[in-house]
Amino acid sequence: MDNLILARWQFGITTVYHFFFVPLTIGLAFLIAFMETLYVVKKDETYKRMAKFWGKLFLINFAVGVVTGIMQEFQFGMNWSNYSRFVGDVFGAPLAIEALLAFFLESTFLGVWLFGWDKLSKGVHLASIWLVAIGTTISAFWILTANAFMQHPVGYVLRNGHAEMASFGQLIGNEQLWWEFPHVWLGAIATGAFFVAGISAYYLLRRRALDVFRRSFAISIVAAVVSSILVAVVGHDQAQYLMVAQPMKMAASEALWNTSPDEAPWTVVAGIDTARHRNTWEIEIPDALSILAYNRIHGRVPGINQLQAQLEQKYGPGNYIPPVRTTFWSFRIMVFAGFAMIGLALYGVFALIRDKLEQSRRYLRWMIPAIALPYIANTAGWIMTEIGRQPWVVYGLQLTKDGVSPTVPAGQVLLTLLGFTVVYGVLAAADVYLFVHFVRRGPEPEDEASDAVQLNVAPL
Amino acid sequence: MSLNTLWFMIIAVLFIGFFFLEGFDFGVGMLVPWLGKTDDERRVLINTIGPFWDGNEVWFITAGGAMFAAFPNWYATLFSGFYIALFLLLLALIGRGVAFEFRSKLSSPAWRRTWDWVIFFGSLVPPLLWGIALANLMRGVPIDAHMNYVGTFWDLISLYALVGGVSVVLLFLLHGALFIALRTDGVLRERARAVAMGVGAWATVLTFLFVVLSYFETDMFTRHGIDPGAVPILAGLSLFSVQFFIRAKRDGWAFFMTGLTIVLSTITVFMDLYPRVMVSSLNPAWSLTIYNAASNPYSLKVMTIIALTIVPFVLAYQAWSYWVFRQRIRAVERLEY
Ligand code: HDD
Ligand code: HEM
Ligand code: HEM
Repeated sequence: MDNLILARWQFGITTVYHFFFVPLTIGLAFLIAFMETLYVVKKDETYKRMAKFWGKLFLINFAVGVVTGIMQEFQFGMNWSNYSRFVGDVFGAPLAIEALLAFFLESTFLGVWLFGWDKLSKGVHLASIWLVAIGTTISAFWILTANAFMQHPVGYVLRNGHAEMASFGQLIGNEQLWWEFPHVWLGAIATGAFFVAGISAYYLLRRRALDVFRRSFAISIVAAVVSSILVAVVGHDQAQYLMVAQPMKMAASEALWNTSPDEAPWTVVAGIDTARHRNTWEIEIPDALSILAYNRIHGRVPGINQLQAQLEQKYGPGNYIPPVRTTFWSFRIMVFAGFAMIGLALYGVFALIRDKLEQSRRYLRWMIPAIALPYIANTAGWIMTEIGRQPWVVYGLQLTKDGVSPTVPAGQVLLTLLGFTVVYGVLAAADVYLFVHFVRRGPEPEDEASDAVQLNVAPL
Repeated sequence: MSLNTLWFMIIAVLFIGFFFLEGFDFGVGMLVPWLGKTDDERRVLINTIGPFWDGNEVWFITAGGAMFAAFPNWYATLFSGFYIALFLLLLALIGRGVAFEFRSKLSSPAWRRTWDWVIFFGSLVPPLLWGIALANLMRGVPIDAHMNYVGTFWDLISLYALVGGVSVVLLFLLHGALFIALRTDGVLRERARAVAMGVGAWATVLTFLFVVLSYFETDMFTRHGIDPGAVPILAGLSLFSVQFFIRAKRDGWAFFMTGLTIVLSTITVFMDLYPRVMVSSLNPAWSLTIYNAASNPYSLKVMTIIALTIVPFVLAYQAWSYWVFRQRIRAVERLEY
């Protein structure tokens, strides 16, 4: 194995892992901020217990999100030094801004929130959780600015063999970003919402702490409906932009080997033969691909073979086809998960309105494993986006194989790959164990006497 | 002043802030299993840095981001070159970060003891590695004509580098002990003072040894002559004065003085490097400088405007957060987990 393959595995594993924790951080931060707002406005202690309970789970998740993020920040230099030299001029800026604008905000105010329950006025305490939530969103925006540049480079010039920033305005005005950011953010809100709804369903089934979890479920299911419908709508717009930015990724995600007829059907599932460039069988919905790509029932979608010929003309000989099967199936998994989420959330809202929720025990039972759906969709979405961009690391500018660090020996990449994988595995186990522990234990009793030692504070 | 110099200074400032803040933070981490005899005491120790450690760590992340944005070649060469060292550093930071959050979530003593040791090693390894890295940055490392590091991990390890590593560890330990003395009360405070007394002397001796070795190992001597200038001398004096302040039970002054040592020593390292950012031991012409490693002037201008707008706010709210938690922590109060 050469260090290119190992470095790619390392990037894939560590980044996907980081993104297991990120969306819950974003989604839960907003839900907790909302709950604490209700506490401050309505002065009802139930909302405080609620915010504290979800806050515990938030923290367990946040810890892993932070430490895996540190790894992300440095791995471009470690494994992708040629890439860093090539685009650092453009790409470094959003990363630095993210740290300055978002990470300081998140980490400082989370500390304040966590340790400040008894030290701050209610208003200031509430403001700090909102600042955490806003911080997570700013963070998503800037890191996606960097990612959008890799998908669709704008605002740069090529000079002295590397990309230099020419217009900061264009960099943040990148249309790719303005689809990617809301899509990812809404996906994150949906992740938080399904998480809260699923765990609340568990308590409703066991009829424990009903005051907390009835309301938690109500809040989260509304968030779930809104966010999962909007994430699909934005995703649909994003697919239309994909036709402009990376038609090859679109063709690959449809396993569309040859340019479609004017009314392009959408392939639901297919058997893909990548060696012969054809599909052995497919199930199709008429016109639906034209709708996905152009929002109307007409319109040809260019196929892989034709695009390959075009790209060879433009960039010279080479294989410009990403792994078709992975791209195709990850797109489908995301979309199917998305529709399942919409269905479940809508059912929940109707059951709630008709006051039938707690009788719908089967539905509540389904909501527990449904916590996984947004995770599946998020991961599949990223895999589609990143694998579908191959063989480019920066679309049209640098090939992935040219980005890797030239002087790091494969043995060292293998060592760190194994090291991170093992440590991440242990973290995952500890994390899940703690989650289960706290969910079993439930919210704190009303008087909170359990972990109080004694109270006596002296000034410095 | 050119923007390149300005960004060199901004990165220096980020590292100064980072070493100052994480200095006590890692010192406290190293002391947790030793100073805290009971579980409550250990929790008190952790809570002295509880609300701050993550915010402090962001100084490091920001320094990394700023290097990437302003000097991409520095970022690329340093992190692909010091690969294994960075790997060990990241493992330590990962372990330490989750340990703070996970430790008290279960009451089992075995669980807590395990995480306490993760905190200890997670706080010991990074300063050691930073010391080693700083020594190597000053001395120079094998960098070829294409700005790539061509040595191995073992090329980073030498007596000089190890002395550098150990002195940073001791300095942080001292800084941390004094922070504990400031933030706690009663027995913990007494124990922390005792540690500071013991460690202080060793920290002074090793730091002095490191400076002497630097004269032989780096080009400081040829570049600056015997008289190193005011900054390093003040760094030495402030470290020397710590002893007296501890003995006089002036914890605040003692803490201020170790802080000053850390700040001035970091400035010394960066002054020594300037205008280079990484020295090539193979050929001086292959060194990375603030010019050949930098982003283009436009990027630097954009980044300057953004950094100068945001940084005052960051400083203000971080300072505010220290002010909110200015009270001493005692084992007898209700501890937040
Ligand atoms: C869409 C959102 C998103 C994406 C794509 C990424 N991150 Fe992330 N990151 C966050 C959203 C986020 C967050 C919500 O802000 C986190 C997650 C959990 C947390 O604690 O903050 C975070 C934490 C986090 C931290 C720790 C911050 C701290 O100490 O407080 C760093 C250094 C990074 N990330 C860096 C990266 C890099 C270099 C990425 C690209 C490969 C990346 N993240 C992908
Ligand atoms: C927003 C920040 C991101 C940036 C800057 C980024 C950048 C990169 C880079 C440099 C690579 C290595 C080259 C390659 O193998 O393609 C890569 C690969 C990859 N990334 Fe991203 N990525 C980002 C976010 C994500 C996220 C959040 C995920 C998933 C959760 C992800 C999933 C992947 C995967 C699976 C690969 C491996 C692809 C392969 O090896 O073929 N990326 N990305
Ligand atoms: C149901 C309909 C959905 C459609 C039509 C859709 C569409 C898309 C498209 C076209 C992309 C690739 C964009 C690109 O490469 O430029 C994408 C990426 C992505 N999707 Fe979806 N999506 C849907 C649902 C979801 C859901 C439910 C989630 C998560 C809860 C999700 C999370 C993501 C993520 C994280 C990415 C990668 C980042 C990005 O490129 O935006 N998607 N989606």
